Formats: sequence, structure tokens, C-alpha cells
Amino acid sequence: MNGKSGVSDFFSRLYYENIGRIGESSTPIINSFRKEAIEKFNLLGVPTKKMESYKYTNLETFFRHDYQSYFIPEASHFRKAEEFRCDVTELDAHGIVLMNGFYPTINGKLRELPGGIIIGSLNAAARKYPDLIEKHYGKYARSDSDGLIHLNTAMVPDGVFIFVPRGSVPGKPVQVVNLVDSEQDTFDQHRKLIIVEENAECSLIICDHTMSPQRFLTNAVLEIHVAENSSFDLIRVQNEHNNACKVTHTFIHQERNSRVTSGIITLHGGLVRNNTYHRLNGEGADCNSYGLSLADKWQHIDNYVSVDHASPNCTSNQLFKGVFDDVSTGAFNGRIHVAPDAQGTVAYQKNNSILLTDQARMDTKPQLEIYADDVKCSHGATVGQLDNDALFYMQSRGIDKRQALLMLMFGFAHEVTRNLKVDALRERIDGLIMQRLRGELSQCASCMVKCV
Amino acid sequence: MLSIKNLEAGINGKMILKGINLEIKAGEIHAIMGPNGSGKSTLAAVLAGRDFIEISGGTVTYMGNDLLQMAPEDRSKEGIFLGFQYPVEIPGVSMVNFIKTAVNEHRKHRGLAPLSASDFLKLMQEKKELVEIDSKLANRSVNEGFSGGEKKKNEIFQMAMLEPKLAILDETDSGLDIDALRIVANGVNRLRKPDNASIVITHYQRLLDYIIPDVVHVLYDGRIVKTAGKELALELEEKGYDWIKQELYNHN
Amino acid sequence: MEREQDNIINDITSGEYKYGFYTDIETEKIPKGLNEDTIRLISEKKGEPEWLLEFRLKSFRHWLTMKMPGWAHLKIPEIDFQDIIYYAAPKQEPAPESLDDIDPELKKTFDKLGIPLEEQKRLTGVVAVDAVMDSVSVKTTFKETLAELGIIFCSFSEAVREYPDLVKRYMGTVVPYTDNFFAALNSAVFSDGSFCYIPKGVRCPMELSTYFRINAANTGQFERTLLVADEESYVSYLEGCTAPMRDENQLHAAIVEIIAEKNASVKYSTVQNWYPGDREGRGGIFNFVTKRGICRGDNSKISWTQVETGSAITWKYPSCILRGDNSTGEFYSVAVTNNHQQADTGTKMIHIGKNTKSTIVSKGISAGHGQNSYRGLVKVLKNASNSRNFSQCDSLLLGDKCGAHTFPYLEVDNQTAIVEHEATTSKIGEDQIFYCNQRGISTEDAIGLIVNGYAREVLNKLPMEFAVEAQKLLQISLEGSVG
Repeated sequence: MNGKSGVSDFFSRLYYENIGRIGESSTPIINSFRKEAIEKFNLLGVPTKKMESYKYTNLETFFRHDYQSYFIPEASHFRKAEEFRCDVTELDAHGIVLMNGFYPTINGKLRELPGGIIIGSLNAAARKYPDLIEKHYGKYARSDSDGLIHLNTAMVPDGVFIFVPRGSVPGKPVQVVNLVDSEQDTFDQHRKLIIVEENAECSLIICDHTMSPQRFLTNAVLEIHVAENSSFDLIRVQNEHNNACKVTHTFIHQERNSRVTSGIITLHGGLVRNNTYHRLNGEGADCNSYGLSLADKWQHIDNYVSVDHASPNCTSNQLFKGVFDDVSTGAFNGRIHVAPDAQGTVAYQKNNSILLTDQARMDTKPQLEIYADDVKCSHGATVGQLDNDALFYMQSRGIDKRQALLMLMFGFAHEVTRNLKVDALRERIDGLIMQRLRGELSQCASCMVKCV
Repeated sequence: MLSIKNLEAGINGKMILKGINLEIKAGEIHAIMGPNGSGKSTLAAVLAGRDFIEISGGTVTYMGNDLLQMAPEDRSKEGIFLGFQYPVEIPGVSMVNFIKTAVNEHRKHRGLAPLSASDFLKLMQEKKELVEIDSKLANRSVNEGFSGGEKKKNEIFQMAMLEPKLAILDETDSGLDIDALRIVANGVNRLRKPDNASIVITHYQRLLDYIIPDVVHVLYDGRIVKTAGKELALELEEKGYDWIKQELYNHN
Repeated sequence: MEREQDNIINDITSGEYKYGFYTDIETEKIPKGLNEDTIRLISEKKGEPEWLLEFRLKSFRHWLTMKMPGWAHLKIPEIDFQDIIYYAAPKQEPAPESLDDIDPELKKTFDKLGIPLEEQKRLTGVVAVDAVMDSVSVKTTFKETLAELGIIFCSFSEAVREYPDLVKRYMGTVVPYTDNFFAALNSAVFSDGSFCYIPKGVRCPMELSTYFRINAANTGQFERTLLVADEESYVSYLEGCTAPMRDENQLHAAIVEIIAEKNASVKYSTVQNWYPGDREGRGGIFNFVTKRGICRGDNSKISWTQVETGSAITWKYPSCILRGDNSTGEFYSVAVTNNHQQADTGTKMIHIGKNTKSTIVSKGISAGHGQNSYRGLVKVLKNASNSRNFSQCDSLLLGDKCGAHTFPYLEVDNQTAIVEHEATTSKIGEDQIFYCNQRGISTEDAIGLIVNGYAREVLNKLPMEFAVEAQKLLQISLEGSVG
């Protein structure tokens, strides 16, 4: 039962032909994971629709495509990365730009910020802080079913490292902007490792952008360790063009009494598949996982969310919403797993989708797997249209139909965005959503691609 | 102001309004009473433009225009306000944003510029006091998690904000305790002007102790079967609706 | 308090299986094993026409190409399909002309099970019964009464002999032999079962019922039920089942097909009480069943109600294909897993016609080491405008060693459809038990009350006389289990 096919063989070959070069530019610790990873990938392959968790998403077309560039960084593009400025001016953040999976040299490869916080290139960190990397790298991103995680581990060139030491509270969030920009169709893999030590706080913003109209395929892995009594917020804004495919795997490992909020806002993208794995590994951990998908044209957005209650008295909440226009399609795979001893679990899961046309389609699969008895778990899923009674209510107050529909859609989306914790960004996202719902271009100003 | 002639309407092929005639002039308050299922709420919904109601006959003229041809939002902007029996919850849409959009749509219709944020807040403050509505409600989503009384007060608050010419209050008193009832009624009375009118739809006479009607109609089985002064409400309270039924029976 | 509750739970859940006796009756069996010759032999024993043998062989050849499904949330031990006897029949030749010709042992068995083979009026109402033991139908009651209305209710074998055209026209149209591994197996080796045809415009005046009993050792039971409700007709159909206690696992792989024509309405109720195995999980029936109905005509309706308390492993998904416009599908289920029982059960609602409606209410109860999964698919096809579905799938956990799982699939391809799914999982509320205690109700009774209250919505859908039995059964199945 695996998705092995000609496509998988191709990527496997790519590894064996290039491992020398990949290894050279990387570090021993990261290299030490590669062999086992490619062997696992050889077993599992690129997921196909035959796999239960990829039932509604066909990655084949994007993985079968012949990309001209697979790992070689184009040095010249680093300039663009240096010039890139986030247009959310009110947003005060420590910024990092990642270009085609590589960490360009801006202000050096590693930055030490007040409070002992370290941000920078994963490779550089592996050289300078081998103990930290050794302790955490590859420890959370594990899977017996999804070959793409192992493909990333096998061939990833570089990525981002963020370290927040014990008791440290950075005054502002870290913002990582993932850019893909190339004159060639490009396959990009990168990785992030975030370590939040005890009693610390970290807020991370990730923005996914495409800078040129070429075809892109990104396979990204994110490992996050949140230690006891710490808090971690993640906001991911995805805004890529319709010719891009993005597959992300986010593993958030939480220890005792830690608090995590994760929000994925997908405004744009050809094919987007986000896998978010929450593991509540210590008693009293709390996790909130949000997602919002706005799709039109022929886009496809699929969110897979797994919350693993491995310890007692943890709480979790999932809320994923989607608005699907034109011939777009959506999928949601939500899973709550409660381990046998995880008594006192409280877990909720909700997925609501709206289909705006008769061509749009939504498949949803919320799941509960519960092995403890002292639990409160519930889930709900709906697929439908905007509420006609609400529409009439608004019209009867003098709001015209188009405006009322827009407000309703915005309200629908806002139930997700209102949970985002960075105010400046939340307002910006609300603005982007409004633009998006109006059908206007919702690219950031600095983007050169005019998606249609 | 409003003239309804031989109005017939139904839902899913079932006739509910079987020939309504009603004339309302500026400055008047009309009460429409009647037992459950007599068609009171259907009449209100027709006037506001609910589209699932099929109109099979008759005319409704409002300020010289054919009301039935107008979209719900245009009726609103022309001054018709419906206080809903069951106000709708709209998750995610904040009360402030909702009412601001409505007010500015109304202003645009009258050729006025949108209110500035501070003017809007000032207006809201002023109107909120009128209905003794909790400030916090304004920051919540429309009607979401409001108690029954809060929802009804919120309807009157919106009415105050939009200053309608013709207010139709559909069972605004249902589910209210006596204090909330007084507040709601007080709101309605203070909004009364010589150039506007109200239709108060109610099952009980209770509300009419606070909002004194000029005319009372009894709606029964889709028709207005009796029209008289405010004393009719008291008579109904005393004798119940069976009295009307009996009287009708005797007539036939 | 906690301890005491545990003890009571233990007592309640350790209730013995009432129907575990074995009837010592002469049985004709064919040798173990499965190949084309076995199938020819079964067909020959039943004196079947050539077309049916061909159907069996086609199914068998297809089955050989298939693998056992692995997707369910179940741990199924390896099944050796060559180690099963595919045909066993209580010996009684020739076929009984009247009740007096039936072996008294056989009659006693059904009496003991509370299944009257006499056509007596029970206080609660009249039920016509088709009693099936091992591979053959023993007796069908009230046949003549029903025949007056044109209703055909008989064993499947008889239907093949007497009404071959009807059988040919409908058999395999809802569950084709290619449908799944167990459906293919059943189509190859099915022995008997019930056939029912309600003619146009007839409301069946009594409950029709099939009672299945596995008696012989080492045998599998493979029955087939075919129920056709012609235009404007109505029928309520019940099935019940039990088996003796044995240490070995026995396989039950059945097929039920329902066809509802225009304006027809079918209510199909099951009280499944196969032997569940002992407290350590030894023995018990593997219940792998394919049940499906099609609402072929406009305004037709199929309603499934099931109370699943037995079997070591249950794998079944009574489904509705809503093809006619305005057709309705319903699924009401209570599934109990106690000790080491496992169940993966649910439904599929396939909305094809316009304005089709479906309702799913599933109540899972897990106790002991039981694993209980709801698995359901709601699929709205492109042309199924204004379709509605509402699903409510709740799980109740009694004890900390059991599991409750929910796997709904919602696939919506029509903008005007509204599909809603809700599910909750919780344990029995201590405050509820305390509240009962405070009013003088023992913890044991309180649990019974709460569980029955929890399952009420489903039990209410059963015909009255069965609802009472089901309620008792629920309590017995959970004896010794609640926490």
C-alpha cells in the first residue's frame, strides 16, 4: 500500500545523482538524516489519491512536471530577496527572507537578537550550535505514510532556524517570507526548525509568495518544539499564483502547559496542501488550529490537520473554513486522536464551507479517534451556502444584495481571522480578504506577478 | 403613506393572506392583532419584501410607488423598517460594521456623504442611550449570543439609527419581561414624529398599554375582520379571540 | 464511589449471552473448503437452474481476484476460507408440508429463541416470520394471508423456483457481485435467505420478519435478502439473529438488497445479536454484511434502523442510493461494543436525484475493550439540487479501555445542497448518575436509564414489539460494563 510510481523513482534517482553536491553545501548533522530518509521515501513514494489522507488531492500533475531547476540556487536572485519589503508597514517584525529555499546573506547568516534569541540560516546554525540542532532536528517530523516528509529530509538544502531561550520574550514577531522566483520552472524544498524553550514566547509569521509566473512546486517541512509553559503563535499567509503548488508539513510538538495558536490563511495558490500535525505531549497543553481557504478559478486547497492528544488534560480546538468560487475545489481532513491515558481531554473540531457556484466542490472528512473515556470531544462539518435569512435581514436594513453577500462572506471568514494574534497583520489580512472577496487582485504591492 | 388593496399572498401554494385592505397615514400608529396563524407575520414579511412569499393578487402602494416591485434594500432606504420577530444571528459580522454600512447606504440614497467615524460613534452613543442598550453589544457579532430581550432592544436601536418613515414591529413584545417591554415601548414612542407611522403587530394587548394605537385591526384567517379604536384591544383582551370568531360566525 | 461504580459496571457487562445454546439436530453438511466444485454442489443440492449456477461461478471467479478490505478500523484475524463449511442444513426430507412435519427439536429451538413458528397472534401485533437455520429456510409463516394481497414472502430458494423472473430482474442490481470482497463471496456461495415482493399500491398489513440462526459448527452463514417494494407500496421488515457460543470464530457474510419504486416506502429494522465472543474475546461471529437499498422512483423512501449488540466483529454499512427525485434515506443505528467486540459500521447516502433528503443518527456505545467506529459517506452528485443531509453521530464511552471513533466523509458537488454533520464523544456523566442516585436510583439502574435515554431516538424507530426487546438487549449487552 504505497504510492510508489514512476514519479517517485524520478525523485529517488535525483537524490542518488546529486547527493554529493547536496551534502557538500550542507552540514554533517543534517546530512546524517538523508540516507534513512531516502530509503523511507523509496518505500512510500509521492502520495497518490489511493492513500486515505490524500484521497481528495491529486499531486501527480505537479510532481510529474519536468522542472528545469531542482536545487541550484541562483545567486543573482538574492538581490531581489534583499530588496523585498513586506508592504504591511505597521508590522514591526524581525524579518527573514528565504529565496527558493535558500537563506540569502543579509546581515550575515545568523543574527543574535536581544534576549539571546537567534534567527537565521539552518545550515549556519547547525555549524554554530550543533547540540541544539542535534537535540531537535528530525525529531518531530515523522511519518509512516507521507513520503514527502522524507523527500524533504533527504534533499533539503537549507532553511530557517529560530531559537528562543528559556524565559525570553521577544518584543516583536519574527517574519519569514518564502519567495520563489526563477526564470525556470522550479522545485523548491526548505525546512524550518523553531525551538521555544521553557517559559518563553515566540510569534512567527510566514508569508508564501511567488515572484515570477513560472511553474513552482514547493515541499516544505516545519518543525516546532514548544517547551513547558511557553507560548507559540504561528500565522501563515499563502498568496501564490495559480501555477504554483505548495505542500507544507508543519509539526508542532507541545510540552506541559504550553499554548499554541496556528492559523493558515490561504488567499491564493494553484494547488495547496497543508499538513499540520499537533502533538500535545505534556499535561495541560492547549492548542488552537485555524485555517481559512479562499479559492476561485481552478484552484484546489486541501488542509490536513491532526491533533494528537498524547497526554491528559489537554485542550484543542480546530476551526477551518473555506469559500469556493468558480470551479475551485476544497478538501478538509481533520483528525483528533486521543491516546488511552489522555483523560480529561477536551477537543473540538469544526469545518464549514461555502460553495458559491454549482461547479465548486468540497470534500470534508472530520475524524475522531478516541481511546480514553473521560473526554469531551465533538466535531461538526457543514457544506452549504450563505444564510438566506441573514441576507434578507441585511437587505431589510437597506444594504444592497451584493454588499450584503460580501459582508456575509467576510463575516464567515472573520470567524477565523479574529483569532489571529498579531493586530497589524490581522487588519492587513482582513483587508486582503475583503479585496479577495471583491475579486480584486490580492497580491502584496511588492509582488511582480499579476495573477489572473 | 401606505395603501394595501386586496392583497393576496401565500407560501408553497397555500393561501395565507386572502384579501387585505389597509390605509395608513402619516402620524398614525396602527395595531394589528390576531390569533396565531392568522397571517400577521406574513403581512409584515410581504411589506419588507421576503421573496419566498408568493403574491397572487392585489396592490401595495407606498408613498405613491408600487412597493411590491421594490427590492428589500430599496424599501429600507425609502423608509420601511421591519422589526423582526426572530432577529437573525450573523456570526462574524460585527454590529458596528453592520449598522454603519446600513446607515451609510441610507445616506447615500439621500445624496449625503458617509458619516465620519467620530460622527457615527456619536450618533450610535446617542441612540444607544435611547434604548438602554449595553455598549458591549455593539462590538459583538450581529445578534450572536444575544438574549431574547437584547435582540429586541437591538431591533429598536437599529430603528433609531435608521429613522424610518414606516416602522413595522412584528411581535416585538414577545419574550420580553416588563422592564424590557417598557424600554422598547419607550424607544418607539420617542421616535414617533408627525411625518412617520408605525404598524405594531402583536398577539397581546400588553404592549398597547405602552404604545397607544390610533387604530386597531383584527386579522383573522388572512382577512382584516374588524377595525376600531384603541378600545378594541381592551375588548379583545377581555373576551379573547373566540369572541371575534363567534361574531363572524353569527354574521354568516 | 468510583470503585463501586467500576464494580457495578463489571457486573453489568459480564452478563451471559442468553442464546448461546446449541441444538443437537441431525445436520447435513458438505465438506470444508471452497472451489468451483463446492459451488456446483451447493447449487445442485438446492436444485437450482443453470442461470443461477452461472451467476455463482461468475461471482466466485471474480472473488478470486479480490482481496479482503483493509480500510476499516478493525483488527481482523486471518480468515482461512478453505476451513469453512459452506453448506449445512437441518436434515428433514422431504420439505415440511405443515408445522407438524417440522422436527420437534427445531421447533423447540425457535421457541426458545422466542420465534413463533405457529401462526399465532401475539399480543403486540402480527408478525410473519421466515426462520432460517444455518443454510436453509425452515418455515415461513402467514404466507397464505399475505398471498391474498399479492404479497410474496418466502425463502430465497423458493423464490428462485417459483418467481424466477422477479429474482432475475432484481437480484444483484443494487449490490452487484463485483461490489466488494464479501458481496462476491456471498454471491458465489449464498445458501438461502428471504424474498419479499410487495405489489403496486399494497400496504403490507403486518411486520415481515426473518430470523437467522447459526447452529452447526465450523459453518459460515451466507444468506441473501431481496426486498422489492413496487409503486405506492409500504412494508416494514425486521431481521434478528443469534448463534451458539463457540470458541471458534464463525463467518457471516450476507447481502440485503432493497428496491423502492415510485412513492414506495420501506422500513428495514435489524436487531443483530450474533454471539459476540466471551469476555476474553474468544469466539464470536464475524459479521461482514452488505446492505443497500435504492430509491429508484420519485418520492420513495428507505429507512434503515439497526441495533447492533452482537458479533465479535461487525462490518456493515446499510446504504441508500437516492436516485428518484424527492426520495428520502434514513439511517438510525445503535451499536454496542463490549469486552473485545469491534464494530465499524455506518452508512452511505448517495444523493443523485433532486430534492433528495437523508438523515443519519448514529449512537455508538463502547465498553470494556470494545472498539466502536462510525464510518459514513454523504455524497451529493452534481445534479442533486436542493439536497439535504443531516448527520448526528454520538459516542458514549463506558470505561477507560474502550475506544470510540468517527470517520464521516462528506463529498459535496452541488452548490444548492446543504450537508451538516455533528458528532460528540463523551463518557456517561457522573453528575447525571449522581442526580439519579440522589433521587434514589441505583447506579446500575441509572446507567441503564442513561444509556437507554441516549439510544432512545433510535429505539423509537423500531416497531414497538422489537423496541422493548432491543431495550432489554441493550441492557444485557452492557451488563457489567459501565463507568
